[in-house]
Amino acid sequence: MSEEHQDAVPEVDASDAAADAVAVTDDPTKAFSFSPEREKKYEEIVRRYPTRLSAIMPMLWLCQDEWGWLKPGVPEWVAARLEVPISRVYEIISFYTMYYTENPGTYNLQVCRNISCHMAGSGKITKHLCKKLGVGLNETDSEGRFRVEEVECLGACGMGPMMQVGKDFYEHLTEEKVDELIEQWRRDG
Amino acid sequence: MADCPKILSARFEEPDSHTLAVYESHGGYTALRKALTELDPDRVREEVKSAGLRGRGGAGFPTGVKWGFVPQNTGKKVYLLVNSDESEPGTFKDRYILDYDPHLMIEGAILSSFAIHSNDCFIYIRGEYGWLVDRVQAAVDEAYAKGYLGKNILGSGYDLEMIVHKGAGAYICGEETGLINSLEGRKGQPRIKPPFPAVVGFLDCPTIVNNVETVAAVPWIVNHGAAEYRKVGTEKSPGTKLFSLSGPVKRPGVYEVPLGLPLEDLIFGEDYGQGMRDGIELKACIPGGSSVPILTAEETLDVNLDYESLAEKGTMLGSGGCIVIGDDANMPELLKVLLRFYHHESCGQCTPCREGTGWLDELVGRLIDGRGRPNDLELIEKLCSGMAGLTICVLSDAAVMPTRSFIQKFRADFEALLPRTQQPEAYVPTTSAAELGRR
Ligand SMILES: Cc1cc2nc3c(=O)[nH]c(=O)nc-3n(C[C@H](O)[C@H](O)[C@H](O)COP(=O)(O)O)c2cc1C
Ligand code: FES
Repeated sequence: MSEEHQDAVPEVDASDAAADAVAVTDDPTKAFSFSPEREKKYEEIVRRYPTRLSAIMPMLWLCQDEWGWLKPGVPEWVAARLEVPISRVYEIISFYTMYYTENPGTYNLQVCRNISCHMAGSGKITKHLCKKLGVGLNETDSEGRFRVEEVECLGACGMGPMMQVGKDFYEHLTEEKVDELIEQWRRDG
Repeated sequence: MADCPKILSARFEEPDSHTLAVYESHGGYTALRKALTELDPDRVREEVKSAGLRGRGGAGFPTGVKWGFVPQNTGKKVYLLVNSDESEPGTFKDRYILDYDPHLMIEGAILSSFAIHSNDCFIYIRGEYGWLVDRVQAAVDEAYAKGYLGKNILGSGYDLEMIVHKGAGAYICGEETGLINSLEGRKGQPRIKPPFPAVVGFLDCPTIVNNVETVAAVPWIVNHGAAEYRKVGTEKSPGTKLFSLSGPVKRPGVYEVPLGLPLEDLIFGEDYGQGMRDGIELKACIPGGSSVPILTAEETLDVNLDYESLAEKGTMLGSGGCIVIGDDANMPELLKVLLRFYHHESCGQCTPCREGTGWLDELVGRLIDGRGRPNDLELIEKLCSGMAGLTICVLSDAAVMPTRSFIQKFRADFEALLPRTQQPEAYVPTTSAAELGRR
């Protein structure tokens, strides 16, 4: 867990808070809000999961789906809404690798580095990506759009080299295929 | 093998095989109907027990026997947790079931829940399989809409709730008690056994954790009976199993094979891997996922794919992640790749594992970088003996097994990295790691 998030406060517009005598931020459960569709999912989770603690993981996923990452204040909001200790929320955020407390950039290129992909040449793909984007491993490019990361086996061992970007898997990668994908994403913005 | 029934993979290549309509048109959910109308839970459990189905998650424990450990009438809920955390390097078979036949897993999970008197089932899917979470959720929604899930299933009076739970990236959550802790909203750190989950599991209730492929075999067994299932495979390893084949073979992929098939056939057979890619010779094979001991080429060509034959060769069937290694591979480098993984994935609870995996990673790394010391191989062995069998779960052993077997069976490759002088501190490498790597 990064230090800065330990005492992070919910993001609020100071002028709003000042204008409103009973600032909405006095109620920590109101610091953020989901889109109506996600709010419905949230209610379903709380109804169906046997304990509030076991609902933390799906709740964090909902937040990440909504905002792309766990922005400052969101963990505190999760704790307040689920009525669980904040320490339990951070226990989960810090243990699991897929919850992001920093904005990973629009295209987080996660190349598998495990054994089958390694034999299939994943190292070359990673190097090529870094060179092409002008970044080192685990670095985001100057525009904050692309990041290159190495990850462990993703369950595509027969289709390596491969990478995951968002929910999608890109398999049987070659340098040419990677070039095309990046051009495509650059055009998409 | 043409005469081997397709118990798990029958619909993998069918268009829209993930939909309820296609599943039903292939006789889907008839086993459920049969169980709920003609059989009782004990009969389903007995059938699975006589079929000799063994857990496909790695340990190979007889499924019906495990189900029998669930105490009845304790007044507590009973849970079935379907383990879809699939993260063992070299394994990608559960993914095929979830992707191409999610209803097979769902029907199997309902039957398994019925057999253990459970009304609550979770499907725990690894977070990286995000698109499969959506796919399985869609299938579960279809099953609810059709009355295969929920209250009073098919008018039988049997209720089952099924929740699809998404993991968030941790290999250790595949270990059954790590999975339970994760589902309780904790770090996925394994628990000491006993008590076993069948008695004290999720929320301290009786809990069965089963692999996706295990429950996926249950509908066929209920439909065709234990005797038919036993006609496939061997006496002690009945039935079929999915193998994930990767490495430099012509046709990598997921294949359903009758247990007892020669490993050579899986790699070279026309119906399976079709042999090594041109210009590459077989050097070694890890038959059951990265955690099991490696086999030399000779051993690979002389073993059958069943629990006993592989055990005789000192290895394991594990998850069926068959990683083929060619003569172009650099063994120390491959071991380093695996050790980096175990080091990264150790949950940190037990000192031998947390520190040991780090040291193994470091030691093999320094050998490769030309910073090795003359007695490093002995030091590695000493570390291994301080790690195996001494921890809460077997992740520690999972790091030791490849380490020992790689070094024992490909010792010359590792010895070549040792400094030749007897003055460790003064040793200056003359060959760079990169050159050694491309030897
Ligand atoms: C470190 C570790 C990781 C594991 N990962 C998985 C996994 O991803 N999937 C799985 O089904 N079993 C996994 N297992 C095995 C489970 O602990 C458990 O034995 C299995 O899910 C039981 O189901 P089965 O009897 O149907 O095989 C793992 C075990 C260990 C020690
Ligand atoms: S080794 Fe890369 S996906 Fe499994």
